[in-house]
Amino acid sequence: MNARKQILDRLRAATDTAAEATPLDFTSMERPPWSQEECLQRFEQTLESVHGEVHRVDRAHWLLRLAEILQARKVRNLLAPVEHPLGQALRQSGRDDLPTLLAYDQVIEAWQPSLFNDVDASLTSTLGGIAETGSLILWPTRDEPRLMSLVPPIHIAVLDADQLYSTFLDALRQQGWSAGMPTNALLISGPSKTADIEQTLAYGVHGPRELIVLVLG
Amino acid sequence: MTAQPPPSDVEQFHPRARAALSDPQVRQNFRRAMDGLMAKRKAAFADWDLDALRDLGAAVRQRALAELPNLLEQLEQQLQANGIQVHWAVDGDHACRIVTDICRARDARRVIKGKSMVSEEMELNHYLEQHGIEALESDLGEYIVQLAEETPSHIIMPAIHKNTDEISELLHDKTGTRRSHDVEYLTASARQQLREKFMQADVGISGVNFAVASTGTLCLVENEGNGRMTTTVPPCHIAVTGIEKVVPGLDEVAVLLALLTRSATGQHITTYFNMISGPRQPDELDGPEEVHVVLVDNGRATLYQDPELRDTLRCIRCGACMNHCPVYTRVGGHTYGTTYPGPIGKILMPHLLGLASTRHLPSASSLCGACGEVCPVRIPIPDLLVRLRREAVDGDRLHPSRVAGHGSKRNPVEAVAWRSWRWLHSNGGRYRLGTALATRFRRLQPANLGAWTQYRTAPRLASRSLHQWVRQRSKQESDES
Ligand code: SF4
Repeated sequence: MNARKQILDRLRAATDTAAEATPLDFTSMERPPWSQEECLQRFEQTLESVHGEVHRVDRAHWLLRLAEILQARKVRNLLAPVEHPLGQALRQSGRDDLPTLLAYDQVIEAWQPSLFNDVDASLTSTLGGIAETGSLILWPTRDEPRLMSLVPPIHIAVLDADQLYSTFLDALRQQGWSAGMPTNALLISGPSKTADIEQTLAYGVHGPRELIVLVLG
Repeated sequence: MTAQPPPSDVEQFHPRARAALSDPQVRQNFRRAMDGLMAKRKAAFADWDLDALRDLGAAVRQRALAELPNLLEQLEQQLQANGIQVHWAVDGDHACRIVTDICRARDARRVIKGKSMVSEEMELNHYLEQHGIEALESDLGEYIVQLAEETPSHIIMPAIHKNTDEISELLHDKTGTRRSHDVEYLTASARQQLREKFMQADVGISGVNFAVASTGTLCLVENEGNGRMTTTVPPCHIAVTGIEKVVPGLDEVAVLLALLTRSATGQHITTYFNMISGPRQPDELDGPEEVHVVLVDNGRATLYQDPELRDTLRCIRCGACMNHCPVYTRVGGHTYGTTYPGPIGKILMPHLLGLASTRHLPSASSLCGACGEVCPVRIPIPDLLVRLRREAVDGDRLHPSRVAGHGSKRNPVEAVAWRSWRWLHSNGGRYRLGTALATRFRRLQPANLGAWTQYRTAPRLASRSLHQWVRQRSKQESDES
C-alpha cells in the first residue's frame, strides 16, 4: 500500500501535465475503402507472405478440402471443437477420409502430456480476419480453449469470408471490444516463428509450424 | 543453471568501445543485422503517411502520460475487477521481492520466463536463483543469451551479437545438441527442450507491451509463441511492467501496435498479439488460476516530474533508435553495459542508475539525429542527450540540474576555460583583442587537446582572423578605386 501511495503521490506532484482537450485524430490509421474481394486478396497475400496458407473454399465443400489437407500431411488425429457448428459438422459428417477426431473436454492438467506430445493438428473457428495485417481473431472459449491454437504443430483456422475487417482498429470498434474483453483474446498472423539465430527465419519454434486458413465463401 | 553474471560495469564504456571496434566479428554481426532491420522498417511503412502516424503515436503516448496517475488507478481497479492481483514496486529490488513472495506462497521452484526488459532491469533471474528458484528464459534469443551467461545486446533481438556458428557451439556445449549450421534443426531442438520446461514450470513470468486501463487488459506482442505458453501453461502468471505502459483504451492500442511492430522488425504485425484480461474462469479448461501484475516504478516517477525528461517515458521499446544509430551499429549492445543499449539507453539509464556512473553515455553520440527521426512516438532523443550532457557538467545556471548524479563530469579546468571563452566573446573589444593575439601566437597552440585530439588532428588557427581579412580586403578595394 505504501509503495502505491508513494508512486502515485510522486506522479501527482508533477506539474505541466494538463491533458490536451482536442480528440485524437485517427485519420492516419485509415486504409483505402477496400471492397470485400480486395480485403480477401490483401488478407491472402499478407498471410502468405509470412508463410501462412490460405484456401478459399465453397461452404458446401470445406470438409472435403480439409480431408485433403490433412491427408497430404499424414495427420493421424485432429483436435476440434465439440459444440461449435464447425465441430458438429465435422463430427456428424460420416466421412471416412478424416483422421481420428479428438476433443478438448477436460481441464489441461488432466491431459497435458498427451496434448503436448500426441496431437498432430487442431482446428478452430475464428471471430473474423483483418485484411491489412493478414490476422485471425480468436477468442478462446470452453469449447476451444487457449492452448488449442498453440500447442499442436498444425493449426487449421476456419474464417467466414463475410467476417473480414480492413484493420484491427475497425475490427475492435465494429465488434465492440471495449464493452467487455474475454479472459484471453488473440490475433494470430502466421505460424510461430523466430529470427533469433542470425536473423534466419525458422518456423514452429514454440507454437504451430503451420497455419492453414480455410476461408469459407 | 548458473546465476547470471552481474551487469557489466557501465563506467567501462570507453575501453569496451575500443575493444568492440577492433573486433571484426562483432562489427559484421551488427552491421548486417541493422542494415536488414532498417530496410524492413522502411518497406513496412511504404504505403503509410508515416509523419502523420508518428504524430498520432506521439499524441497517444503524451496524453496517456499526462493522465498517468489516474490511468494507473483505473487500471488497478479494472484488473482487480477482472480477478487479477495488482502489486506496486518502488524499485527493482522491491519488485524482485514481490515476485519471490508470490513464488514462495505457491511453493514454486521452477519459473519459465517470456521476454521482459523490465525483468532484466530488475535483474530478476539473478535474484530468483539466489533464493533457490530456477528461472529459465523461453524466448529463443533470451535462452541463448542465458546459456551463454551474457545479457541481451538488443532489446528486440537479444542474441543479435552471435552468429550461427557461435550459437551452434554454445548449444552443443550446454545442452548436448549436435553441432549444426541448420537453423531449423537448432530451433527444433530448443523447442523440444523448452516444451518440457513449460510443462514443469510452476510460474510463468512475462513482460507487458501495453496495459489497457479501461478494460484491465495486458497486451503482449511476440512471434514465437513462448509468450503465450508462459502466460497460459503454468498455473500462475506474473506480469511485470513499468508504470508508464498504461494506455486509456483499445483504440490507442491499435495505433501503438501498428507503429511498434513495423518500427521494430518491419512486420505489419507480429505472429501473436496476446490480450489477457483475467485468470482461468470456472467454466474454462486452461489458462493460469492466478494472474498477478507488478507495476514497477524504479525511477520513473521521479523522471516524470520534469516536463522535458518525461518524454523519455513515451518509449514503446521498438528498438528502431538503436537499429538506426551509427554508434550502436559499430560498438554493439554490450559496450554500453546497461539493460537498455543505444539511444534509448543513453536517455533512460541515467535515470535508473544515476548520472555518476552513466555520465559517458549521453556523450557517446554524434548527435546525428537519426534516432529522433525514426522514433515512432517522436521522442526528441537528441535534445534529451544534450540536456543530459548539460546536467553531467552542471552547465547551465538558468536550468538547474535535476538528475541524480548531475555534475559528475564537471571538470574545474574545463569550466574555467569555458567561462573565459564566454567572457572573451561577450564583448567586441575583448573579442578582437583575443583573436588578434591568438592569430599572432598561433604557433604556441598545443597539439594535444585531450580527448578531442585522441582520434583527430587539432584544428589549426588561421594566420588572420576574419575581421582582419575583411578589413584588409576592403582597404585594398578602396585603394584600387
Ligand atoms: S526511444 Fe523511440 S525509437 Fe527508441 S525504442 Fe523507444 S520508441 Fe523505439
